[in-house]
Amino acid sequence: MDAFLNALFLGAGYNAALVGIGAALLGFAAGASGTFLFLRKRALVSDAVAHATLPGVGLAFIVMVALGFDGRSLVGLLAGSAVTAAIGLVLVEWMSRKTRLSEDAAIGAVLSVFFGIGIVLLTVIQTMSQGRQAGLEGFLLGSTAGMLFQDAVVIAIGGTLAVAATFILRRPMTLVAFDPEYAAASGYDVRKIDLAMMGLVMAVTVIGLKLVGLILIVAMLIIPAVTARFWTEKSDTVIWSAGLLGAASGYVGAAISASAPALPTGPIIVLVSAALFTLSLFFAPARGVAAAVIRRQRFQARVHHRQGLLALARQEPIHDKLTLKVLGRDGLIRPDGVATDTGRAMAAKVARDERRWDVAREVHHDVSLTGRYDGLTPIEDVFTPDEIAQFDVVIGKPTAVEGT
Amino acid sequence: MGAEFVQFSLTPILIGILASIACALPGNFLVLRKQALIGDAISHVVLPGIVVAFLITGSVAALPMLLGAAGAAIVAVILIEAIKRLGNIEPGAAMGVAFTSLFAGGVLLLEQSDTSSVHLDVEHALMGNLESLIWFKAQGWSSLWDLEALAALPHELGRIAVVCALVIVLTVIFWRPLKISTFDESFAQALGLPVGAIGFGLVVTAAVAAVAAFDAVGSIIVIAMFICPPAAARLMTNRLETQVTWSIVFATLSAILGYVFAGYGPLWFGAQNAVSAAGMIATVSGIILALACLFGPYRSRIGVGREEAA
Repeated sequence: MDAFLNALFLGAGYNAALVGIGAALLGFAAGASGTFLFLRKRALVSDAVAHATLPGVGLAFIVMVALGFDGRSLVGLLAGSAVTAAIGLVLVEWMSRKTRLSEDAAIGAVLSVFFGIGIVLLTVIQTMSQGRQAGLEGFLLGSTAGMLFQDAVVIAIGGTLAVAATFILRRPMTLVAFDPEYAAASGYDVRKIDLAMMGLVMAVTVIGLKLVGLILIVAMLIIPAVTARFWTEKSDTVIWSAGLLGAASGYVGAAISASAPALPTGPIIVLVSAALFTLSLFFAPARGVAAAVIRRQRFQARVHHRQGLLALARQEPIHDKLTLKVLGRDGLIRPDGVATDTGRAMAAKVARDERRWDVAREVHHDVSLTGRYDGLTPIEDVFTPDEIAQFDVVIGKPTAVEGT
Repeated sequence: MGAEFVQFSLTPILIGILASIACALPGNFLVLRKQALIGDAISHVVLPGIVVAFLITGSVAALPMLLGAAGAAIVAVILIEAIKRLGNIEPGAAMGVAFTSLFAGGVLLLEQSDTSSVHLDVEHALMGNLESLIWFKAQGWSSLWDLEALAALPHELGRIAVVCALVIVLTVIFWRPLKISTFDESFAQALGLPVGAIGFGLVVTAAVAAVAAFDAVGSIIVIAMFICPPAAARLMTNRLETQVTWSIVFATLSAILGYVFAGYGPLWFGAQNAVSAAGMIATVSGIILALACLFGPYRSRIGVGREEAA
């Protein structure tokens, strides 16, 4: 625990601090830019982009070695990965636009084939004389152990740029994500904005390769956005809270990973993110599972409350246990099932409202108002007191409900 | 094509073909149902499955590994469905959340547990070890009739053969309900077919195929074979029967050409070592798909080929 707190406050050493800050920046950039993908319902395109980086890493290594440079230069490897990721992205677009294959088939095809090519290149590199210590496998799952200062700087700068680009492009990208037709009609070039969106995702993927690896970067793009969606209905808030959730997962994950051995950074970050998602899935207000259950129970109670009162008004015996419980809880019946004074008054009111609705449906012409009858909405919410008084003229004076 | 071929290449090629067909068959329906990425999700969660199986049983025997992987695949499918329904989240994102989290859990478990003594690592899971499945006892083609030598065939061959046969039998038995529910779900419902059960059965079959193939060839071929041969076949015809036939042809072709290119290709270019067969098989399937995208008679969206339209 001490080691964790130490790492959390950047006290676990220079390298761990760098990783933590890098992971937070990357998490923010990934969360914010991933939101657009999620809202555009294209979350898994990021999977294709991520897997398509592998051949680029291999090719860049081979080219750099062939030209006599150090093949492990991070900037060179990332540049190479960006090239093949872009090719993969263009191929996904091309296949789903030009052929009858759906986008998910295109994603799967690009993902698996590019990854296969990447694996072939990795085995080629293993046979090269400089290839044995290349450590390119680290790009599969990320490896922060041997991260250099320059690498952290690359991640930090890249993350900052990605956040800035998200901020600048947020308006058009939100518009396209929600309503591409409207965006096109308003004069935006939807294809270009889509490409910018994907370019941003690609940039985040490339930056994250070293830290979390190409298989798990997908999680950093998708999970924070889905999590943030639980908490708000406003797109701007989703973007920035996804960014914050991503940053928090990145930072806390990096700290946990630094606190003990055998805790790989990438998977830990993803698991922190997944934990936040699970919490939100169950406990978010309005959209969470717990909220839905409570809503359902309240609704059930309202229905039983009303049905119970109607039964009281008609002087019918009540057998349903839940109805008895709800009425008893609200002090409308005594434990022996006999209505209290309040209960009788409420029953009379409910019965009268029911007849008012009957009259309303006959005399009132506005179906949008009379159509709101669902047995639960109070009539006062729909009609003005004047109108209700008119209905009462038809019904006659209120009569008291006899006690049972 | 002598004794050396039988000893070193015959079994890997056979295993590759069987694995490819076992995945391509259910892949046809997954691609048509726009569920192609279920294969991707399944092959990712196989890793946590086998790690958990190893932690429970302490062995790397085949049966617990297979059961663990199949269990993980089913858990993943249920989890995706739960996230989709409970959170009201679109399928792609639900899948992305579920399989990456499970995969991350698998990697963490692997790092935490002491698996250094056994052959269990992420790269192996991804790339497979097709090249190492050689038939030591074989002396030449005559060994095919030698019971003693046959007994020494790699276990993976028998396993994938059984699973491949199972997938074929299931596809034949459930052909009509599968076909109807894939193309017109409401019609299938009106006929009284259990649409939900058929869909779940398809995914479980795909999972079993993926797990068995994964054991032999690694997850990368599994994803490629679920999608590339069926997708390429989709561009060749408008008939499901023909499509399935094409997909089997493409899967077989990818496995053979991929293995040959990986094993002998580098030699043609003067290099010494072979490259990853799994990666090469996936690459070849991609090349076939690319060719189908460019020249397939039914590649365009309208449903008629250019020749017919003209």
